[in-house]
Amino acid sequence: MADVVAPPYRVIPIIPALIPGSMEGLKPFVANDKINTAIGFPGELVEDWHDKAIAKMGELLSKYRSLKVYMDACVHCGACSDKCHYFIGTQDPKNMPVARQDLMRSVYRRYFTLPGKLFPKLVGARDLTKEVLDEWYSYFHQCSECRRCSVFCPYGIDTAEVTMAAREILDSIGYGQKYSNEIIGKVHRIGNNLGLPGPALRDTLEGLEEDVKDATGVDVRFPMDVKGAEVLLITPSADFFAEPHIDSLIGYAKVFHATGTSWTLSSMASEAGNFGMFIGNYDQLRQIALRIREVALELGVKRIVVGECGHAWRVAYSFWNTLTGVGDGADETDRFAQMLQKQLDHRYKQPMHICEFTWDAIERGALQFDKSKNDKHIITFHDSCNVARGSRMGDFAGGQFEIPRNIIKTVANNFYEMAPETTCEQTFCCGGGGGLLTDDLIDLRVKGALPRMEVLQQVVDEHGVNFMATICAICKAQFTKVLPIYGFDRRLVGGVHQLVSNAIILGDK
Amino acid sequence: MVSTLFAILFYLATLMLVVGLLYRINTYARTPAPLKIPTTPAPTTQTGVVLRMAREVVFFESLFKANLWIWSMGWLFHASLALELARHLRYFTEPVWGWVALIQPFGMYAGLTMLIGLLGLWVRRLFVERIRYISTPSDHLMLVLLIGIALSGLTMTFVTHADVVGVKNFFISWMGFSSASLPADIILYFHLFGVASLMAIFPISKLLHAPGVFFSPSRNQTDNPREKRHIAKWASDLEN
Ligand code: HEM
Ligand code: HEM
Ligand code: SF4
Ligand code: SF4
Repeated sequence: MADVVAPPYRVIPIIPALIPGSMEGLKPFVANDKINTAIGFPGELVEDWHDKAIAKMGELLSKYRSLKVYMDACVHCGACSDKCHYFIGTQDPKNMPVARQDLMRSVYRRYFTLPGKLFPKLVGARDLTKEVLDEWYSYFHQCSECRRCSVFCPYGIDTAEVTMAAREILDSIGYGQKYSNEIIGKVHRIGNNLGLPGPALRDTLEGLEEDVKDATGVDVRFPMDVKGAEVLLITPSADFFAEPHIDSLIGYAKVFHATGTSWTLSSMASEAGNFGMFIGNYDQLRQIALRIREVALELGVKRIVVGECGHAWRVAYSFWNTLTGVGDGADETDRFAQMLQKQLDHRYKQPMHICEFTWDAIERGALQFDKSKNDKHIITFHDSCNVARGSRMGDFAGGQFEIPRNIIKTVANNFYEMAPETTCEQTFCCGGGGGLLTDDLIDLRVKGALPRMEVLQQVVDEHGVNFMATICAICKAQFTKVLPIYGFDRRLVGGVHQLVSNAIILGDK
Repeated sequence: MVSTLFAILFYLATLMLVVGLLYRINTYARTPAPLKIPTTPAPTTQTGVVLRMAREVVFFESLFKANLWIWSMGWLFHASLALELARHLRYFTEPVWGWVALIQPFGMYAGLTMLIGLLGLWVRRLFVERIRYISTPSDHLMLVLLIGIALSGLTMTFVTHADVVGVKNFFISWMGFSSASLPADIILYFHLFGVASLMAIFPISKLLHAPGVFFSPSRNQTDNPREKRHIAKWASDLEN
């Protein structure tokens, strides 16, 4: 840790010069035999990896239109080339989104297109050698799947889709990443990414009830596994004990308390995160999401609400209906989805983000706040990439930007935006998303945070901002770690519901 | 002799263009998109999606947000190309359609603006370090080819004044599968050879961006995953 230093801010935020090879050979730990086999991948790099990888690529090309079209359509215009935070922070040209895609596109052209078969040099096609494979491993673990590049590409080419496909191919030949695969194993074995067993969870929740009672004098409950509760809350497991995440969990509980909502957590589905998305494996994505369906059916809940977590909200909002039937509008004949959709209460959005829940309650006048409780905070808001570019809140496009901001402005007095080219749909990733939140990638994480830190510095200097609110467990963990390296207080980051928690006036319902 | 060769060349090139494109488009259309992945904020209705796509295709909206140099040169090139292609319809229609006749004078200058756009893009490709880094030889050659077509066309228009009536006779007969002779004009040969090459490589090169843009899930999907269950065949098979 000691040798990790922050890169200097750019004086004028111009596009940096290239430093080829600056991140070459950076390689997160490879998953071992035990980790891989536990989730159904080959234990180590298989002997016939070359043929297997090409076959897998062919399979993915036939299953995912995104991959197929993206492989063909890129014109190398370079519009995306300066849009990636990892490129800006590392200056390694292979971290330009188009160059990252080209790592795979070159192989695609060689094996799946006529010009690539006939004239590889001409069209930049390459054989899949071990060197190329290692390069894949390295650079497809330097992409946080944040989709910023896809905003600017004239064809919407989303490098995240390419990264997911690459990781899926790597996993299928036994060359997966330790961090993500280990976590996926834990979700299946224990129920959450952090490996907190049910009893430990129950203890934690009881402790929280006492803490809140001491602080407020009110009996705010943190119920678990309650059959017949109206709302099932699915939240990232970091909310149960990590700082500052836990303060937002307290916020959710207070909102439920103040609105008189009957709610429950689940010990079996005590994780909103879904690393199946990060590794691009549909089967894992689906298996992990199915836990929520099972619990919802078992507890008989009417509504499913999701806590503050970026990629989890993308999975919940965009994929749950597809994967598990949590949603609305399934076909009459679709028995799998209908079974659950008949149980859910469709007067409400399914699933619902906790910010939507809170904002609804605010609009109904069901919540009261003492804004001055947040006066010590001068606040800005960091849009999390998966929420911003992979999901929505509310009834209109862009609700995912307005609703959290509306909540902040309702519960606090001092709010300032960061530079507009770094917020909303153009937001920069925190630098730790997409399965990269691991200590063996700390150097990359620090460099990837550069563009966000630069504009944070601006609002700190201009407005004295001392609180950056965000609604993602990974953002919170990542910033807690890198803020000090950039010379900020680690407590500068926190959740939106942490602010809600500070200001909410609890009745005694 | 040369006329027959060009006639055959154009039959082959047309065949490759049409069959190749149909094959590609068919593959795109048949490949499922199992998950909802529009880049949000995205339209929540089908009409909204059509409008988004129209803005992308007509104005290059995303590119505009990304980079003004690429946008201005790229848009200039494509708009001129569209005008140019429309102007060329006069070689294939008898009588010439009214609107095609109307745009003839503009079309002439579109050749010039097209050239400016292409040169602007090439300068960028040659001199901006990042873009040079990602360019393959084929990226340069594609621009060279288009510049070659434009230059030869412009030469005919403004310098050598090709026998356009002869060209038209040739192509009208060509469309009826009968033979007429092509004016003997080396610049015209060059122009036509370039065009035939462009047609032939269209379905196997990055020119697939033209059909591709319509099939890009991040741009053509409606943002309504909570309201309507979206499921691909291979994915729903997992449920049984
Ligand atoms: C639906 C129709 C089309 C759309 C929406 C479209 C859009 C685009 C866009 C947005 C770019 C990137 C920016 C740029 O470099 O200009 C591009 C590049 C390009 N397009 Fe198209 N295009 C279309 C049709 C065509 C056609 C028919 C051609 C055939 C000649 C063509 C040739 C090119 C070339 C060669 C480039 C690369 C330019 C470079 O090297 O920088 N496009 N196109
Ligand atoms: C079979 C198809 C084509 C034929 C028969 C053809 C023929 C011609 C002829 C005879 C001229 C000279 C016009 C004059 O002197 O007034 C011309 C000009 C030109 N052509 Fe083509 N051409 C064809 C396709 C294309 C294509 C695909 C492009 C673009 C990629 C193109 C670009 C131009 C340009 C830029 C000019 C100069 C400006 C103008 O007069 O319109 N041509 N073409
Ligand atoms: S998805 Fe994000 S991290 Fe990945 S290449 Fe694009 S901008 Fe970079
Ligand atoms: S913006 Fe899109 S088309 Fe242009 S280089 Fe990047 S990925 Fe390729």
